[in-house]
Amino acid sequence: MDWILPHAVSSYAGDIDAIYYLILVITGIAFVVTEAALVWFLIKYRGRPGRQASYIHGNTKAEIVWTAVPAVTVVVIGLLSGSVWNSIKGRDSVPAGAIPIGVHAKQFEWNVTYPGADGQLGTGDDFTVRNQLHVPVDTPVVVHLSSEDVIHSFFIPAFRVKQDAVPGMHIRVWFKAMETGEYELACAELCGLGHYRMRAAVTVHTADDYQRWLSEQSQTVALQER
Amino acid sequence: MASIAAPVEHDVGHSHELSFVRKYIFSTDHKIIGIQFLLMSLLFLLIGGILAMLIRWQQGFPGQVLPGGGVFPETMVSDGIILPEFYNSLVTMHGTFMVFFAIMPLLVGVFGNYLIPLKIGAPDMAFPRLNMASFWLAVPAGFLMIAGFFVIGGSAAAGWTSYPPLAETSEYSGVYLGQQLWCVSLIVLGLSSILGATNYITTVINMRAEGMTWFRLPLSIWALFITSILVLLAIPILSGAVIMLLFDQTIGTHFFKSATGLPILWQHLFWFFGHPEVYILILPAMGVVSDIIANGSRKPIFGYHSMVYAIIGIAFLGWVVWGHHMFQSGMNPTLGMSFMISTMVIAVPSAIKTFNWLGTLWRGNIRFHVPMMHACAFVSMFVIGGLSGVYMASTPVDIYIHDTYFIVAHIHYVLFGGSLFAIFGAITFWYPKMFGRMMNPFWGKIHFWLTFIAYNATFFPMHQLGLEGHMRRIYDASRYDFLSGTHGLNVFISISAFVLFASQLIFVLNFILSWFRGAKAGANPWEDTGLEWTTPSPPPHGNWPATPTVYTPPYEFSVPGMAQDYLPQDQSKDMVTAGQPAKGG
Amino acid sequence: MKRVVSIGVVVALAAGCGGGEKAPAGGEGGAPAAAAAAPLGNASISGTIAFTGAVPPNPTIDMSEEPACAAKHAGGATDPVVVVSDGKLANVFVYVKSGLPADASFQAPATPVEIDQQGCLYHPRVLGLMVGQDLLIKNGDPLLHNIKAVPTENRGFNISQPSEGMTSTRSFSTPEVMVPIECNVHGWMHAWVGVRPDPYFAVSAEDGTFTITGLPAGTYEVEAWHETFGTKTMTVTVPADGQATADFSFSPAA
Repeated sequence: MDWILPHAVSSYAGDIDAIYYLILVITGIAFVVTEAALVWFLIKYRGRPGRQASYIHGNTKAEIVWTAVPAVTVVVIGLLSGSVWNSIKGRDSVPAGAIPIGVHAKQFEWNVTYPGADGQLGTGDDFTVRNQLHVPVDTPVVVHLSSEDVIHSFFIPAFRVKQDAVPGMHIRVWFKAMETGEYELACAELCGLGHYRMRAAVTVHTADDYQRWLSEQSQTVALQER
Repeated sequence: MASIAAPVEHDVGHSHELSFVRKYIFSTDHKIIGIQFLLMSLLFLLIGGILAMLIRWQQGFPGQVLPGGGVFPETMVSDGIILPEFYNSLVTMHGTFMVFFAIMPLLVGVFGNYLIPLKIGAPDMAFPRLNMASFWLAVPAGFLMIAGFFVIGGSAAAGWTSYPPLAETSEYSGVYLGQQLWCVSLIVLGLSSILGATNYITTVINMRAEGMTWFRLPLSIWALFITSILVLLAIPILSGAVIMLLFDQTIGTHFFKSATGLPILWQHLFWFFGHPEVYILILPAMGVVSDIIANGSRKPIFGYHSMVYAIIGIAFLGWVVWGHHMFQSGMNPTLGMSFMISTMVIAVPSAIKTFNWLGTLWRGNIRFHVPMMHACAFVSMFVIGGLSGVYMASTPVDIYIHDTYFIVAHIHYVLFGGSLFAIFGAITFWYPKMFGRMMNPFWGKIHFWLTFIAYNATFFPMHQLGLEGHMRRIYDASRYDFLSGTHGLNVFISISAFVLFASQLIFVLNFILSWFRGAKAGANPWEDTGLEWTTPSPPPHGNWPATPTVYTPPYEFSVPGMAQDYLPQDQSKDMVTAGQPAKGG
Repeated sequence: MKRVVSIGVVVALAAGCGGGEKAPAGGEGGAPAAAAAAPLGNASISGTIAFTGAVPPNPTIDMSEEPACAAKHAGGATDPVVVVSDGKLANVFVYVKSGLPADASFQAPATPVEIDQQGCLYHPRVLGLMVGQDLLIKNGDPLLHNIKAVPTENRGFNISQPSEGMTSTRSFSTPEVMVPIECNVHGWMHAWVGVRPDPYFAVSAEDGTFTITGLPAGTYEVEAWHETFGTKTMTVTVPADGQATADFSFSPAA
């Protein structure tokens, strides 16, 4: 059993993983203590002839301690988690200058719209590619997420990013990839019979490669379907 | 609140004038109804388990011919291969059957019905005919749900959580009548549950025997009482949401449609019901575990009052945590903070209960009878399930693990490791009272160990799958490179699951054979303190010739100065030590 | 015990009720064994579909995400939306829209019409079949195809074929021109099915020609449908035992 998370390459993955490891340590201690106590008591207090159980109804001090300690612990975990959450999903969390990319989810593909030379989505120089998300390294990207039909979920495990795509809603989700390479985008919300196969390739380019790729795409008609 | 002494008004003798049908089929006796729910629920537990075996076959051996696959029509299994749409149907119906038709009726329908009147000293429920209606509504609800497999387009296939638009749009799901049958079935089952809850609440408030004050109620009854309040308040929300879904599917309303409604509205409604629902699925289990652990430890429950307050606390807090199912849903992220804190806080009363169970074992004189083994397994597995919940409660960690197998592991640790082990223990514990015979203890222990080992082998590795990013409800993970390393684990899990399912045959055989050939049981084979053990096994209609009077708190075990190590609730210590033999000893 | 019996009875009833729809669940099909409809006459309508003007280029398809399909298209894949050779247009669905005797009724043939999936494209792209006639869908690719029919008059279906060699059978109960077929796993895949109550339809071949046979003498309205260029109609009078010509011409929209 490997409690270590897979390698992640986004700017906020470290924060998420840190909270995970904190919880791992705390719950790990709680787990070992309670399970060991359980097993120890079952052994030590097993019934033997001539023994009698102690006629004890409780202990108020113990109740206070084992109420307060878990309460404080979980609230602290919550507060620490909250600041990380705000920095990732908060309404003002999208970094200035993030490159907009449109991702329109539909059964069973991801249609990725790039803003073209003017850097703006929704203009005439946009182009759409099926199942390929290309982003430059070390640059924040804000995905404008939408859905054609049912609820899908935009999940790139290596970036620790996940956001449901809801038809009728336009949701922004941002990330910043810190390492070049090939990754995968998966759908993480049951969306029909092809849900298991709703995959896009994610490529993180160096800045130069990205410009090269963009201009190649702009020149070709990249539409695969009407 | 003063409890009301309820003198038995109907005479016990008239039951032998009833026909077989009136006595055993359309019965108004809470004990018969409890057993009817038991048989029905065990059947659905089996169906849910078979569906799980098909799921695990696909996960462990995708692309390989399913043994016996020829019994399925081509729309489900083609050339021995489970089709992706049938796989979605399997995961949906497995969850639906297990939650609504197995665990919930096993805990609330069986033990609520069987135990409440007996353990509070009442001759029957407040509304016996309503009780009968409650069971006979659950049965057609079950048929409607099964019927989904037999219609064109197959059964519901949008998950047991049934999110629209997928759940309400045939064009997207390929399912037509099946999704509608799912809705209608739950509406009917909901009515059954609401009637039951009304009955239980009224009975506990009004029909406790003289001397059975609120703080002398066993924790199983407290748990069932509080659970019934949750059922009464939560199930109508599900019913309303499901009716709205059905209308969207059939008569052209737009409650959850993207253009004029919000699909997220369904999630809010469903989870506002759904979170109290999961506490409905665990609180009665916690209650019976308390009864069994006190009995097995020969010791009073540690912190009885705290335990009661913890049950109430869990039930109350359960209403304000529903958004933790929706952190990534597109809901306003600011709500993530408030739901996270409330979710973190709800861990506390569960922790309190866990420590109190440990406190009960501490300095006990432990008997390892089969119910005790299951109850201790509950505690140890529930700890795992509860602790895994802390990861999901943390919104940033949830970004990664939401909709992965980490969630599946958590669900099964609390529902199987928790509720189902408690159910096995409770069935074994109250079986002698129900049927007048003991289940075979040797085979009970074999079943326990096989189940415990195979169960952990099946579900613990699912945490690992989730941490690697393995999503839920995925027909075939081989499409993704990042999941290429998970196949070995999936095979291991599947084989463990097959062993787990096969081991249940031992329980089934033990259950059936003991009914006819088990050792005959006296009134109190476990030397327990509850009122149900003061009447013969099985109890006559009306339970006692005259309702008992209660003198003692629950769980008075190992009282100093007594020769026997238990003090029944209908006795006081003086009555026993003054030489009166304890009843049912 | 009683519970088992009563459940079994109701399950059996439900099973009986569930099979009433036209689309068969078992793949054995509901098509009757009777012979195809006996033709009402011996006349025929034939013609050629011409295409004038600049032929719009067909879009290329990036199949890189599906290597098994990409391999079947050496030199890259294009979507055969407009198939023109030598000024002749293929894949035009031509049918008798009206003019048949009012009391004429036709029985669907027992043989199914086949549609295959090869290289992540449907073959044929346009086809016709009769009400109640089986459509036999075959998967010629070693990967998942999802066959979804999105009709407006008929009940649709949305099924999958995960492996090569799998077949599924469906049919339609109401005339409809045309029922779109698509694959949601490969969004570029499209096909069209014309469902007619009579056998008087055809699809133009690569050389633009088509023939509709077995007609009685009469005056008919004939319609030609193309997925991009829309419909054109003309009235044709057919002598008994004779042959009439109906030539259509499509051109790019102005």
